[in-house]
Amino acid sequence: MKCKGLLSELADYLDEMLDPALRMEIEEHLAKCKNCRVVVNTTKKTIEIFCNSEPVPLPVDTRQRLHVALEKRMRRVQA
Amino acid sequence: MSSSKVNPPVPPHSLPSQVVKDDEPLFVAAAKSGDISAFETLVGRYEHKIFRLTQNITQNREDAEDAMQEAFLKAYEHLGEFQGNSRFYTWLVRIAVNQALMKLRKRRPNQISLDEEVDTGEDMVPREIEDWGPSPEERYEQTELAQILSTVVGELEPGFRIVFQLRDIEELSTEETAEALGLSVPAVKSRLLRARLKLRQKLNRYFRRGENS
Repeated sequence: MKCKGLLSELADYLDEMLDPALRMEIEEHLAKCKNCRVVVNTTKKTIEIFCNSEPVPLPVDTRQRLHVALEKRMRRVQA
Repeated sequence: MSSSKVNPPVPPHSLPSQVVKDDEPLFVAAAKSGDISAFETLVGRYEHKIFRLTQNITQNREDAEDAMQEAFLKAYEHLGEFQGNSRFYTWLVRIAVNQALMKLRKRRPNQISLDEEVDTGEDMVPREIEDWGPSPEERYEQTELAQILSTVVGELEPGFRIVFQLRDIEELSTEETAEALGLSVPAVKSRLLRARLKLRQKLNRYFRRGENS
């Protein structure tokens, strides 16, 4: 496998969707190629950082307006 | 020691989202039979996530709030039509994406097309190949990191930003993302890879070794 080949399989490799033979081919390439190793690790880290990021709390006034609007609509639907 | 630290594995995203709790169907069933407090529980559970979603899509605070509000109102009005073939959260995300896209298209007509061809050619090849070290995010305060993440996501084109948002932030599966956006599974996969590589490159300026450490 060459660097370009790894790139075309990278999405499925990161999502652990590859069949074992192809996965092994990628890992053999990674063991030899420092650049690809860095790209794979930093891309994994990118996903991880976003995945672990907490949603910003909903601003109080935004939340209030949402619940007032909902209450109004609920009353209308129930009437 | 720190150089040998093993990062926790990133969960495979082909699996259904772990955002949703097991009791969701119970609250949905109660809300469908007219229990207002059950619907309010669902709103309370997802409001901050839906707001983050609409904020990231529209990149505009006022539009994000409107889109979120309209999404919950629509979900309430059309709850009777929800068949339970997908998870309620996925259904809600789909409504919120549509509302947010409508806002975005209003502001930037003719610029937002989710189904246009994506070039997967040479510009996919990563540049700036520099290592980040084990925990680059720990170099920043929580609020500073949140600002960095929001900035770099905001720099992505909408077609990439939305796919990344649904798959890697809201944790929808590839299939759910494709369904929500009306895209094919291969289109979602290629956009997702592009988005991840672009974000990696953008984060490089904050996280590379020696930067701010």
